[in-house]
Amino acid sequence: MQQKQLEKVMELMKYSKVFALAAVFALAAGCSSDAKKDGTMDDVIGKEVHSTDTGGVSVDTLEEQAQGIITEAEAEAQARARAAEARARAAEAEARAKMQAILPAIRTVYFDFDKSSIRSEFYDVLNGHAAYLMANPSVKVKLEGHTDARGSAEYNNALGEQRGNAVRRYLSLQGVPANQLEVVSYGKMKLVDKSNSSQAHNKNRRVVFNY
Amino acid sequence: MINLRHLCVASMVLFALLLSSLAQADLTIRITKGSDQAIPVAVVPFMWNGRGNLNQDVASIISANFSRTGLFRTLPREDFVSLPTKADQVVYRDWRLLKVSYLVVGSLEELSGQQVRIRYALFDIANQEQLLTESVTGSINDLRGQAHLISDRIYERLTGQQGIFSTRVTYITSQQQDKKEYVYRLHVADADGQRSRVILTSRHPLLSPDWSPDGKKLAYVSFETGRPAIFIHELATGKRIQLTNYQGLNGAPAWSPDGKQIAMTLSRDGNAEIYIYHLDNPRLTRVTKHYAIDTEPSWSPDGKSIVFTSDRSGGPQVYKIDLTTGKEGRISFDGIYNARPRYSPDGQEIFMMHRASGSGLFSIAALNMSTGRTRVLSTSPLDHSPSVAPNGAMVIYALMQGEKGVLGVVSTDGRIQYELPAESGDVLEPAWSPFLK
Repeated sequence: MQQKQLEKVMELMKYSKVFALAAVFALAAGCSSDAKKDGTMDDVIGKEVHSTDTGGVSVDTLEEQAQGIITEAEAEAQARARAAEARARAAEAEARAKMQAILPAIRTVYFDFDKSSIRSEFYDVLNGHAAYLMANPSVKVKLEGHTDARGSAEYNNALGEQRGNAVRRYLSLQGVPANQLEVVSYGKMKLVDKSNSSQAHNKNRRVVFNY
Repeated sequence: MINLRHLCVASMVLFALLLSSLAQADLTIRITKGSDQAIPVAVVPFMWNGRGNLNQDVASIISANFSRTGLFRTLPREDFVSLPTKADQVVYRDWRLLKVSYLVVGSLEELSGQQVRIRYALFDIANQEQLLTESVTGSINDLRGQAHLISDRIYERLTGQQGIFSTRVTYITSQQQDKKEYVYRLHVADADGQRSRVILTSRHPLLSPDWSPDGKKLAYVSFETGRPAIFIHELATGKRIQLTNYQGLNGAPAWSPDGKQIAMTLSRDGNAEIYIYHLDNPRLTRVTKHYAIDTEPSWSPDGKSIVFTSDRSGGPQVYKIDLTTGKEGRISFDGIYNARPRYSPDGQEIFMMHRASGSGLFSIAALNMSTGRTRVLSTSPLDHSPSVAPNGAMVIYALMQGEKGVLGVVSTDGRIQYELPAESGDVLEPAWSPFLK
């Protein structure tokens, strides 16, 4: 079932971004319950969240364009199309609501050595969390700042806090109210990889969304 | 006559070996760097005049203490040709032949009520002089404590410097359970890592323990409230109070030399800054004001200034601020990373984490306050958290042995380096106590 939907999306992608978008809504609605359980879906869902979030293109535009090429003789077909359109709109609204109710699966963003600036590759992830938090004003999140194993514990605590603050600032700029966000830095106290390698250090320098 | 003496020596050696094998389990200090200029000392097994067997070998504890100073090396018992236990049994020639400079002999006498009296004497072999004849009395259950006390007395007589064998260290261990949750423990142990006692166990991180100047309390950071907060813990009673609960960082507590104030890092005003918390009349004084990170304060012994870590120059470096004038300036210039400074007791040097330019190693280094010169003391890849002994002779720090955190000690002259017995889990954040009464 999911595979079929995915194929459909791929096909539609070829024709129009607008269609793809609608299909993504449908897909998301269809597999939303799976996304929470299935870790392997994380990447896909995480990315799509972004496209829905900033996707200003709506089905209304499609309708207007469509109307231009429909003749009066096809009134019945048009009526049918309108009904279908209405259904699609309702489905889209529902999908959007569901989408924003879904907690983004990617909950970790990573940082460069001794830096607390957000890497552009994580804007999508942060936008997803911003959308989720704004759709759910009662939800609070702890932004846990971490560093790699090198350096002193307290300096790293301060660095981890700077990272948490950078994420908080970004989310605030998207419109997330301050009372939903709290930063706690653990510095190097909670390493995910204790080996002394650059891969380990890369994995450890992170901010984790703890809902 | 000679035969009888040899027999006697042989049986005592056997007894001593038996004792030392019993004590072996907790004597697992690994000396990683020694000194060839060390002065040879012999500590003869102490005679026990009492019932049953003792659970500690006092002479071997004293001997181990001296081996760890770097100034002295102790002769193995197999080399001894005589085993005197009293002053009048000492034959100087026996020890001159072994090229021993100083000799320690002693005996233990059982008193009533679980008490033991230990008499001991110290000899200068070259000058054929008896330097010390003393005794200590204590509980039979604290022979280790008495051995440390005797070591302190002998060390002071020989070096003119107060010994640190009766001092303690505190440190944190973190242990991952079933590859998931961490458990953090705050320990207090003898300076040689023995008799470790868990003061606090928590599912939330603990860090930055610091001794009050009287050695009776610890200040530390605990995350038990879900965020960092500074606590004060009274060791004798276990009584704890939460001192701070500010928004953001609450860290790096450092007791002032008079014990009346605690310097700390707070980010309540936006980012990590150093503040002084006045304990008598609770209020805060802000010390630093900079958009960069300012943290890890350490008081000068006279209490007039504070050194700290700041990344205002781009990376972490050590700065000093005069508390009366507010004048501040950078003091570390060698290397690309200098952090977590700690003043030596005489105020002449600071000990810190140091990474040389072009090096991947984080070492412990001493920075001379008058010359500005940096001396590297340790050289394993990830050394951190130096803390200086109250006599300024040794520095304890944390290091990584593969993926395991352990404690190392290096003498401030760099002559000797050793690792303390491994605890389960990772050991970090050691702090050496002041002299304890």
